[in-house]
Amino acid sequence: MVEKITVGHVHLSGCTGCLVSFADNYEGLFKILDNYAELVYALTLVDVRHVPEMDVALVEGSVCLQDKSSVDEIKETREKAKVVVALGGCAAYGNITRFARGGQWNQPQMESYVPIGELIDVDLYIPGCAPTPQQIRNVAIMAYLLLKGTDEQKELATAYLKPLMDLAKRGDEACGCDLMYDVINQGLCMGCGTCAAACPVRAITIEYGKPNVDRDLCIKCGACYAQCPRSFFNFDVMNEFEGITELIKGVME
Amino acid sequence: MVLGNYKSVVAARSADKEILKGAQDGGIVTQLFAYALEEGIIDGAIVAGPSDEPWKPEPVVATTKAELLAARGTKYNLSPNVALLKEATRSYGLDKVGIVGTPCQMQAVRKAQLYPIGMRDVPDKIALAIGIFCMENFSYQSIEAIVEDHCNQKLESVTKMDIGKGKFWAYTERGAVSQIPLKITHKYEQPGCHVCLDYVSNLADVSTGSVGAPDGWSTVFVRTAVGDDVWAKAIAAGCFETKDIADVKPGLDLVTKLATEKITKNQKTLDARATFGVGKGLRNPYL
Repeated sequence: MVEKITVGHVHLSGCTGCLVSFADNYEGLFKILDNYAELVYALTLVDVRHVPEMDVALVEGSVCLQDKSSVDEIKETREKAKVVVALGGCAAYGNITRFARGGQWNQPQMESYVPIGELIDVDLYIPGCAPTPQQIRNVAIMAYLLLKGTDEQKELATAYLKPLMDLAKRGDEACGCDLMYDVINQGLCMGCGTCAAACPVRAITIEYGKPNVDRDLCIKCGACYAQCPRSFFNFDVMNEFEGITELIKGVME
Repeated sequence: MVLGNYKSVVAARSADKEILKGAQDGGIVTQLFAYALEEGIIDGAIVAGPSDEPWKPEPVVATTKAELLAARGTKYNLSPNVALLKEATRSYGLDKVGIVGTPCQMQAVRKAQLYPIGMRDVPDKIALAIGIFCMENFSYQSIEAIVEDHCNQKLESVTKMDIGKGKFWAYTERGAVSQIPLKITHKYEQPGCHVCLDYVSNLADVSTGSVGAPDGWSTVFVRTAVGDDVWAKAIAAGCFETKDIADVKPGLDLVTKLATEKITKNQKTLDARATFGVGKGLRNPYL
C-alpha cells in the first residue's frame, strides 16, 4: 500500500453543500479514501474533536467574526495543515454569507462573515457554489501526485494546481463583476458563453454575445470568472487534456 | 503547434446532397453530427441555429437532423455555444453531448473538462467536440455594418456570407454578389479575438474549415482518439467523399501559412499588452 496523504474537512459557516459535493463522487469517494487520502478530521464522519496535523485541509464556509471557536479553528487549521484549500465560494469569497447582517435566530449578534483569506494565508481556491464533485476529485488526485508522486507526476500536478493557487493570491472578493473588470474591460472576452453555463444561479445571460450579470442574483461564488477561458488558460495542461483525462479515469478505477 | 496535434488530415465533403445544398463548404459538421446522432454516439449537439433576427445565430441543442440542417452555414458573428453546455445535460438531459465551436470555444470546453469549476457533471458528458477554423469573429453589430453599410445589402436579403480569397462576400437572394476587401472588415473584428493563439481548433476532437481544400470541400483534421473513432466509422458508413490532402490545391501549405500569420500577429498583441501602459501592462490570460 502506497502511503496516503492526510486530509481534513474543516467546517465553518457553510451549508455542508461542499461536503455533499465531495461525497457526490459516490464510489469515487471510497476510491479516494481507500487509496489516496486518509480522512483525519471531518464533522460527523471522523471522531476527532480538535484540528490535527494534516497535509491538506479542505475548509468549507466563511469565518464568523463573532464566533470565537470559528476564529480559533481557522487559525489552528493554518498552523496544523501544510496546505489550506478554500473549498467553495464561502471559504474563498464569502459567497452568500457576504450578505449576512445579523439578527438571525438564535444568534442575532452574529453578523460579520469573512472568507478565510481575510484571516489566514490560503494556498488554493476551489471556487463555485457548490464546488463540483469533479473539481474536488481532480484537486484531490493532483494533491496526492504532488505529495507522493514521481518527479514527472509532481511536475504535472504543479502545473495543474498553479492557476488555482494563483486564484488564492488574486484576492478574496469575487462576483460577476469580475467578468466586466478582468475580462471585458481588458479586451479579452470573445463571447464563448462559458460564464453563463458556469453560473449556478443563472444570474448570467448572454446579450449580443457578451455576458450580462443580474447583480441581484449573483451570490459571489466566483465560478464564472474562474471558469472563463480568458481568466487563466495554461497551455501546458490543456494541451494534454486527453492524457490527463485518461490519467484521472485510470486512478479512479 | 501551429496546426496542433492530429492523427490524420484529409479533404472531404458530405456524401449527402441535401446537406451540401445549404452548407458553407463540405458540410462536415452537419454530416458528422447527423451520423453521430443516428448512431447514438451523441444524444444531441449544441450548434449555432437561427434566431428571430437575420444572420444572428442562437445556440440551440439539436436533437434531430432537421434541426442540424436549419443550423447549416457560417454566420460570422457570436454564437455563445458553450453557454448551453451544462444546460444540455440538465433541461435536455443529454448524457452524450456534441458541441461545435471556434478555437476559443474548444479551449473553453477542454478547460471545463479539466477545471470543471462551474460545470458539475459535465466533463465526462462531452462526446464529440468539433472545432472550426477561425481567424477572428465579429459582433452582430459589426456584421450589420459590414453587410449593410459596406456591401450595401439588407441583412435579410443575404443568403450566404463567405470569407475567402482576401475578400468578404455577401450573396443575395436576387443573385447579387457584393464583395469588399478584408482590409475594410479588420477594424470591425472582436477585440477578444486578437489574443487567440489558435487557428485550426487544436483542442477539438475533429476540426474543419474551408482553407486548404478546393471550393465545396473542407479540410478535416482528426485529432483525438474520440475523433478518430467517430471519423473512421463515418467514413466506413459512406458519409463522406475524401481526397488525400497532398493531392488537392491549395493544400496544407495555405493552412499552415494562415495559422502562422494568425498566431504571429496575435502573439505580438499579447506581447504589446505587457507594456501597454507606462510601467504597467494588461492581463495575459495564458499564465
